[in-house]
Amino acid sequence: MNNNGLELEETVKELGQYFKTGKTKSVTWRKNQLQAILNLVHENEDAISKALYQDLGKHPVEAYRDELGGVEKSAQNSLDSVEKWMAPTKSNIPLLFFPAKGEVLPEPLGVVLIFSSWNFPIMLALDPIIGAISAGNVVVVKPSDQAPACSSFLANTLPQYLDTNAIKVIEGGGDVCEQILLHKWDKIFFTGSPRVARIVMTSAARNLTPVTLELGGKCPAIFDHLSNPSDFKMAVKRIVGAKWGICSGQACIGIDYLLVEEKYSSEVIELLKKFIRKFYGDNMVESRVLSRIINKQHFERLCNLLKDPLVAASIIHGGSIDETNLFIEPTILLDPPLDAEIMTEEIFGPLLPVITVNKIQESIGFINSRPKPLTIYAFTKDDTFKRKIVAETSSGSVVFNDTLVQFLCDTLPFGGVGQSGFGRYHGKYSFDTFSHEKAVMHRHLCLEIEPRYPPWNKFKLEFIRLAYRFNYFGLVLHMLGLKKHN
Amino acid sequence: MEKFNSEAGSILVNELNATFGSGKTRIYEWRISQLNQLFKLLNFHEQEIIDALRNDLDKPPLETVAYEISMLKNSCKTAIKELKHWMAPEKVKTSLTTFPSSAEIVSEPLGVVLVISAWNYPFLLSLDPVIGAIAAGNAVVLKPSELAPATSSLLTKLLAEYMDNSSIRVVEGAVDETSALLQQKWDKIFYTGNGKVARIVMAAAAKNLTPVVLELGGKSPVIVDSNSNINLQVATRRIIAGKWGCNNGQACISPDYIITTKDYAPKLVDSLKTELESFYGKNPLESKDLSRIVNSNHFARLSKLLDDDKVSGKTVYGGEKDESKLRISPTILLDVPRDSLIMNEEIFGPLLPIITVDKLEESFDVINSGPKPLAAYLFTNNKKLKEQFVKTISAGGLVINDTTLHLAVHTLPFGGVGDSGVGAYHGKFSFDAFSHKKAVLYRSFFGDASIRYPPYTKTKMRFLKALMTGGLLAIINAIFGKS
Repeated sequence: MNNNGLELEETVKELGQYFKTGKTKSVTWRKNQLQAILNLVHENEDAISKALYQDLGKHPVEAYRDELGGVEKSAQNSLDSVEKWMAPTKSNIPLLFFPAKGEVLPEPLGVVLIFSSWNFPIMLALDPIIGAISAGNVVVVKPSDQAPACSSFLANTLPQYLDTNAIKVIEGGGDVCEQILLHKWDKIFFTGSPRVARIVMTSAARNLTPVTLELGGKCPAIFDHLSNPSDFKMAVKRIVGAKWGICSGQACIGIDYLLVEEKYSSEVIELLKKFIRKFYGDNMVESRVLSRIINKQHFERLCNLLKDPLVAASIIHGGSIDETNLFIEPTILLDPPLDAEIMTEEIFGPLLPVITVNKIQESIGFINSRPKPLTIYAFTKDDTFKRKIVAETSSGSVVFNDTLVQFLCDTLPFGGVGQSGFGRYHGKYSFDTFSHEKAVMHRHLCLEIEPRYPPWNKFKLEFIRLAYRFNYFGLVLHMLGLKKHN
Repeated sequence: MEKFNSEAGSILVNELNATFGSGKTRIYEWRISQLNQLFKLLNFHEQEIIDALRNDLDKPPLETVAYEISMLKNSCKTAIKELKHWMAPEKVKTSLTTFPSSAEIVSEPLGVVLVISAWNYPFLLSLDPVIGAIAAGNAVVLKPSELAPATSSLLTKLLAEYMDNSSIRVVEGAVDETSALLQQKWDKIFYTGNGKVARIVMAAAAKNLTPVVLELGGKSPVIVDSNSNINLQVATRRIIAGKWGCNNGQACISPDYIITTKDYAPKLVDSLKTELESFYGKNPLESKDLSRIVNSNHFARLSKLLDDDKVSGKTVYGGEKDESKLRISPTILLDVPRDSLIMNEEIFGPLLPIITVDKLEESFDVINSGPKPLAAYLFTNNKKLKEQFVKTISAGGLVINDTTLHLAVHTLPFGGVGDSGVGAYHGKFSFDAFSHKKAVLYRSFFGDASIRYPPYTKTKMRFLKALMTGGLLAIINAIFGKS
């Protein structure tokens, strides 16, 4: 699609008109589209895997686990539940307004815009689309141009499966984004970095467009002492799987750094190394299990994080780079300076700083002195400590004794707080994100309460006072003239 | 007193951040004590509040008691009664994919929040969001509207006296002070007012990625059905109560205009005239039961709407003005053209234009061709029409056979959509508006599937597929290599 400004304007206008026909509001339409997404994923598994391999060197199992599988699960769940989600919920109305009936009715917002990102280019495009469709909206999706194979896959394949009058893919880079943002949208759903998020929200402000911002942040993993060796082993295993096993650390819910008590740090580090070798082998570039760095720019960004001499000195494992293959070895750093960029910026790559503390409880203060992360992971069996973490820190989510699984739990809202974004999605929350909750109140034209109307006098004032207190007995007395005015 | 500038703003926010950081405001007892204090404040200072609103708007005491003080007391009471329940973590089911695990959603306060309120219901719109902010455990700064100065200074005085000032503050002022506040980093901004300022607020919020609630207005229509034998007297009275009985039309959910059929319009106008006269007498400019226009700017704005050539000769009732007293009498205009000034901005005053259509169904197109309003009202006994109305009209809230009443129902979310705003509040929705819903997932160390980890194999892939999408049977099949 050629995206000059005029054509874009036409596209947005057409989408708006199509929305007005009301076609996308019907449950049949929504279900058909959701089924189409399921078909798309089933029938294009290889093509998707290939595109992901091209863009990120993502292994097919990883591609399925983190992208295809998630989309399938999400689409199926929506397909099964959408009718239930669409039903209005009844609200209780005070007796005072009797006879009356109240309900909250979800309705689509209209023409919505989705910006997806390059690290999970399929999942982060299709999952919000599923929400938007379930809620009955028409959608424009702008995939990241930094994952070009996936972007063009989406642009070519979506029109083959989905209603092209209602769901459009617009490809392009920064200039296209700028043009897109000039238009009036009914909602913008953005996944990406805080820097771009600010631009998106500033543009949205011009039209009072609500936004959902899915950002990242430095997600810490608190590692408490685990006395049981098998627990200890499993915790480390889960950390290694989560740090390097999902897109080589290029994930918003990936572990950014580890907090561990000083006296256990060497034990933890030794086991980390062991599992790195076990999972990824000795020849990591060849084994193709690990994703590569998305592009040269990010590769350089990551290399620069390591260039600071004090940071370089803190590398205790890995650190080798392969520029031609855009590959960075799983790297562990022990106590890099806290004011170095690696500890002030989101890493978004295969580098893992291990920060030692005297007492693990200090982690709470450490985390609270930094911007709110998308997730806090904690490996501990201490229930008091768990409660403290939940009550005293703030983050999008908290996960105990595991990693990443929160992303797959449809019953939990997924989203950030503070610097990690706002708004939430997944499951029913996706539906809600793309819906307006319309309050509807039904009344009858009989039974009138006279004191509602002027001219005002003391009697009416007292009546209203009692009515607001729902003091029905008092009201009766008052009406009969048996109650003293105060 | 020194002017509140950006530096003062930064000191203020740092102070409140320190209080919030101490964890004091998160505690249930603190929240309850503050809500109780607020309730006390409302109880003990009714007369002062009534006087302040008399000063600012000449608001009839009954309206102040009904729509500001009583509403707030109810909000307080609801919050006090429900708070434990609201604060309790919500257990959620987890799926087979993450088995064995347990999960809950914990509501946590956002931090230090800013509430910017409006002049038309200066007490209600200041304190109602504050109740939500406190209930959710936040520290809060309130900026009342400078256009209701008596209320603004009363709020400053009373909140200083009754509330915990280490976490609840009032900053008075106009554009400069508001700008100084908007330069600070807040964890949430709750703004009530107009679309123009809302854009400035949201753009300022964007710099710090601060979420916003924007409570705006719009042209809230009333459709009156002529064919279903409605009780016209009751309908008319309810329209009047929502229009002139709500701060003389200066309310965000007041009916802005009426749509009815051509042949029915004269009947409706007659009924409006009769009821208006019974409520406000023959000389409504003198009535004590109507608020005045807030200030001369708004008076001039409303006069301009009436002076528009396109509506000349359309006034069928009222139209009297008294500039010295800032009063405009209840005014009805019949058959105004849709391109007139009065039909292209929110009226926010005592003027009520009536648009006529040939068929009532056309009114849906009239409404949908404009920006989405905060409220839409319909008077009818026709079931089909009701259904169609609910289905096709997008607005913050809909009320059938009454006006403005949904505002008082705390089980309904109150807020706009599109141009009428973002976000909702009231009752539990207020608590939610000022809370972050934190997902918490508990896992144990057993039940780990090796399929999650590399090196990856075909068997792992098959198992994974079963686990992600299938039920138990698919998983068992995968284990035995059957699928």
